[in-house]
Amino acid sequence: MNAQDLVARAHQGLKEQPWGLFASQISVLVRNEVRRNLFTRSRIWIYLLALAPVLIILAHVILDRSTDPEQIENDTRVLAGIVQLYYFRLGIFFACMAVFTWLFRGEMVDRTLHYQFLVPVRREVLVAGKFLAGAVIAIALFETAVLACFYIMYSRFGSAGKSYVFDGPGLGQLWAYLLATALACLGYGAVFLALSLLFKNPIVPGIVIMGWETIAPIFPAWAQRLSVTFYLKHLCPVSLPVRGPLAIFTIVAEPVSPIVAVLGLLCLTIAILALSCFLIHRMEITYTAE
Amino acid sequence: MTPDARRIVFENVSKFYGEVLGVNKVSFCLEPGITSLVGPNGSGKTTLMNLLTGLIRPSQGAIYVLGLTPKKPIEFFRQVGYCTQFDSFPPGTNGYDFIYWPLRLHGFGSDQAAKLTNEALERAGMAEVARRKVAGYSKGMRQRIRLAQAIAHHPSVLVLDEPLNGLDPMARAESIELFESIARQGMHVIISSHILEEVDRISDCVVLMSSGYVVAEGQIRDVRKEVRDHPMQILVRCSNAARLAAASFELDHVVEAKILNDGHGVLVRTRDAEQFYLLLNKIVSGGLVEVDAVAPADDDVNSIYQYLIGSDGGPA
Repeated sequence: MNAQDLVARAHQGLKEQPWGLFASQISVLVRNEVRRNLFTRSRIWIYLLALAPVLIILAHVILDRSTDPEQIENDTRVLAGIVQLYYFRLGIFFACMAVFTWLFRGEMVDRTLHYQFLVPVRREVLVAGKFLAGAVIAIALFETAVLACFYIMYSRFGSAGKSYVFDGPGLGQLWAYLLATALACLGYGAVFLALSLLFKNPIVPGIVIMGWETIAPIFPAWAQRLSVTFYLKHLCPVSLPVRGPLAIFTIVAEPVSPIVAVLGLLCLTIAILALSCFLIHRMEITYTAE
Repeated sequence: MTPDARRIVFENVSKFYGEVLGVNKVSFCLEPGITSLVGPNGSGKTTLMNLLTGLIRPSQGAIYVLGLTPKKPIEFFRQVGYCTQFDSFPPGTNGYDFIYWPLRLHGFGSDQAAKLTNEALERAGMAEVARRKVAGYSKGMRQRIRLAQAIAHHPSVLVLDEPLNGLDPMARAESIELFESIARQGMHVIISSHILEEVDRISDCVVLMSSGYVVAEGQIRDVRKEVRDHPMQILVRCSNAARLAAASFELDHVVEAKILNDGHGVLVRTRDAEQFYLLLNKIVSGGLVEVDAVAPADDDVNSIYQYLIGSDGGPA
């Protein structure tokens, strides 16, 4: 079969299965983006963002050899603080800012986005593929980091730690943290993907978003629903006894069930992705104007 | 003009970048074959190509490529290949991957994509260096690997922005041969270039642009006829140049008749070449002048360009 016959036959086959085509395109996009963004030296600082608490906990375990089971409750609160105040507020936020804004903006800077616009891929599929790639990268990094924190934190207590995890509330807490981490990556990821399509330099809008996520608890309930942390708070299994200015991070103005929180955050993510699809349809390749 | 499954149609297309004009009120219709967009830098050639391929949207008007628009990207980009002027590549990519992965996005399986990739690399003369990083390629190699990517999926419309830039004479000749072979298969090849002589030689049709406007469009000879107001130059090598010059001046349409420095010919500028050739026949048959050679001195894009916009179409 010559090349032209091959092309004609392939096109005929593809016409009959557009959803299969979309799936294979998304798979190719995810593979390419993960390869390009996850294993590069320029991304080392994102690994550090994810792994810094792991190293701190490791140092704590090495320096403090105490295996007193009564310490478990205290360490559980420390872990809750690390996840809720560091990962959800800073680590995942900044890592998603770096990963998701670079998906499109990076291609504009490298002047390679036109290659993505000159293939038979719907722009919605392009957004979906790139978003999933960013999500795979962020979730893989931060789930690994949270899992490592959890393991190191409780493994030093031996059988008491094992009992806390498997017979006590430990395993439930772990699942809650992993779920909330994944949702945080999706929520922040969608926000930064949209920002990268709206602004040439998404850093300043990113800082505004960070401010909004911080002060959202003092706004009416409907406005709080437009923040990612509103939903994450309801998925955290351990409440933090924080006082002083940091207490603003832990305010829960209007309790909602975990299911509603999960669905709410997914709906917010989908709404922001729909905005990204709208924005990318309006996007033109004008590198000279960048 | 209406959408047509064989033609490329621009209907009153304008593009403004804010207050800056890209192209203005462009309307034309292209048949299959090689079409050249000719114009100096900033004349709107790249804007026209970017509009055609959907990289930018028209401020007004409509564009149909074989009856399709970029709003349906799956059908559209199976038919269109675009080799842009942007000399940039995904970081770290090699020549093979640069062609292979876009083919996978077309929906080809890994074996099909590999076969098409190898075929495109062969056609562009890049097979031997395909596994090298693109960052290490010369300018000509980068040009050819972009060309290979644009033709890999066998498009019906191939759009090439300055495709001969940076190519050595051998590669240039091979590329031109490739364009001609694609056009012979009944496909559209749209080329922009400053190398006017080569464009002139290979084009079935030219679109002359200046400052965002199409100043002439059609076959080179037709375009020449469109500018009848401008005198055409005819070089006559003959024995009795003074006699021919004197006879020429008796015609109203002859603007200038200049005897060549060596005295063995006349360069005539006339608004009606056919009438001048009739006169020449009379003079020759009367035995007054012996003619060695007659040739139009400016029946090429470059000359037409000089007539139309007072520029030679070269880089500004």
